[in-house]
Amino acid sequence: MDWLFLDAAFTGGSRDECSAKAGGACWAVIGERLNLFTYGFYPVAERWRVNLSLVLLIFTLFPILFEKAPYRKYALHIAVAFPFVTAWLLVGGLGLTPVETDQFGGFMLTLVIGITGIGFSLPIGILLALGRQSKLPAIQIFSIGFIEFIRGVPLITLLFVASTMLNYFLPPGVTFDLLLRVLIMVTLFASAYMAEVIRGGLQAIPKGQFEAADSMGLRYWSAMRLIVLPQAMKISIPGIVNTFIGLYKDTTLVIIIGLLDPLGIGRASLADTRWTGLSTEVYLFVAIFFFISCFGMARYSQHLENKLETDHKR
Amino acid sequence: MTQKPESANEKTKSDAGNYAVTMRDVHKWYGKFHVLKNINLNVEVGEKIVICGPSGSGKSTLIRCINRLEEHQQGEITVEGIELSHDIKNIEIIRREVGMVFQHFNLFPHLTVLENCTLAPIWVRKMPLAEANAIAMQYLERVKIPEQADKYPGQLSGGQQQRVAIARSLCMKPRILLFDEPTSALDPEMIKEVLDVMIQLASEGITMICVTHEMGFARTVGDRVIFMDNGEIIEENNPDDFFLNPQHERTKLFLSQILNH
Repeated sequence: MDWLFLDAAFTGGSRDECSAKAGGACWAVIGERLNLFTYGFYPVAERWRVNLSLVLLIFTLFPILFEKAPYRKYALHIAVAFPFVTAWLLVGGLGLTPVETDQFGGFMLTLVIGITGIGFSLPIGILLALGRQSKLPAIQIFSIGFIEFIRGVPLITLLFVASTMLNYFLPPGVTFDLLLRVLIMVTLFASAYMAEVIRGGLQAIPKGQFEAADSMGLRYWSAMRLIVLPQAMKISIPGIVNTFIGLYKDTTLVIIIGLLDPLGIGRASLADTRWTGLSTEVYLFVAIFFFISCFGMARYSQHLENKLETDHKR
Repeated sequence: MTQKPESANEKTKSDAGNYAVTMRDVHKWYGKFHVLKNINLNVEVGEKIVICGPSGSGKSTLIRCINRLEEHQQGEITVEGIELSHDIKNIEIIRREVGMVFQHFNLFPHLTVLENCTLAPIWVRKMPLAEANAIAMQYLERVKIPEQADKYPGQLSGGQQQRVAIARSLCMKPRILLFDEPTSALDPEMIKEVLDVMIQLASEGITMICVTHEMGFARTVGDRVIFMDNGEIIEENNPDDFFLNPQHERTKLFLSQILNH
């Protein structure tokens, strides 16, 4: 505690200035590098676009996560536009100055990869889980093949494939944004895990539920959407959130292929001669950021489980 | 094979549409196991049929073939004049007209009682919410649990759950109701409340096919009792003759087992 706060120096221009002031932690490095940690190398003049995206994110998540949010019905419809609007804001074009994705970095990069992965892996995972149980052999074989292949390969391998090997497969001259490739790989990777988590939930649904739905004349998709999936998803919440958290933390692996996530920024900061040796402070800071996000997700999943509890076990 | 074809069955009707259900030479196998052997059965519109027999005799499978929860491999089944085949459209039409009540209720635990009742009318019959709610309340009233409408199935007793399941089937206004051992999973004191609802329903002209061992119910409302064993219809008769004067040895044995315990 003393080291963290009481004996810590919060200002200063280098490590030596810090230690001259106090014997504890030197948080000045974080202060000076905060913008870098947040935005990466996103152009300073355009950072309002990142901030605006974050505000939009909060306004989009709120009605999705909380049933009691005002005007929820309309907000959910508008939420569909969120990925497109944000992508436009961050990447630019159509009237905004284009920003190359290799300038993305820091927490912003983590959020972009994490939220894209989370947002897309859930629906893809659901489709794969249903596909795996499909009666149509083509769909079933595709789903099983996809899931087992992705699960059998480490994420890092997939990221390397994304960063280097894809170029060999694509026709010459076709370039394909590195961040986009990473997003696709991370999403597919998480989808495979998601599919298996949801399959566990699907298998826990008693056969009678399917029969009741069939006997009413509900079609396959209606039965799945109205009866089977709501129950299966509820059972799967802990596993789903587990996968989310795993994916969110795995975003740090992109450092390996040269994208500067918070860890990458941290390493770059430590390479600065003025701040060498402050790895504890830097990595602690990054750890706290991840802990807050992941703990938030875990708490929300608890809240959701309690809310959806309708069994009233006697 | 049938011992004593009843008058209703003997009349030759050229138009299959006069029957709610007709089954002709129906066979079904589970792998090598021959579950249904040469089933012939005609059910008239408005008729109450009770099917009984030892467990494993194929009675549940028989009624589950009527709404295609099980597929028959040979023979012909028509329901409300429509032949059951692989045609998914026909199956959907038939399922809309055929309600089913299960042994284990199969209510949807994540939906309230009212939502359980309105789900199919809204999504299958495309009924507006207000109308579906009104109809659901009307049937919940009929099964005497309107006050439970906003509870979840898990909060109700078995008997109440089964009555909700009956109300849920009725909300689709089916022409035929199938009951698959509706009281077998209930505590004895709850059986009566469910049977009362079924007896009341029987007086309203809907076609009912019930797999049940409730012999009192069979006598009160059954027009015909069918006894099955080993996948065959062994005997069919009106309830009085069936119970007082069974023709077949296996029927006698079965009746002695369930009546004298």
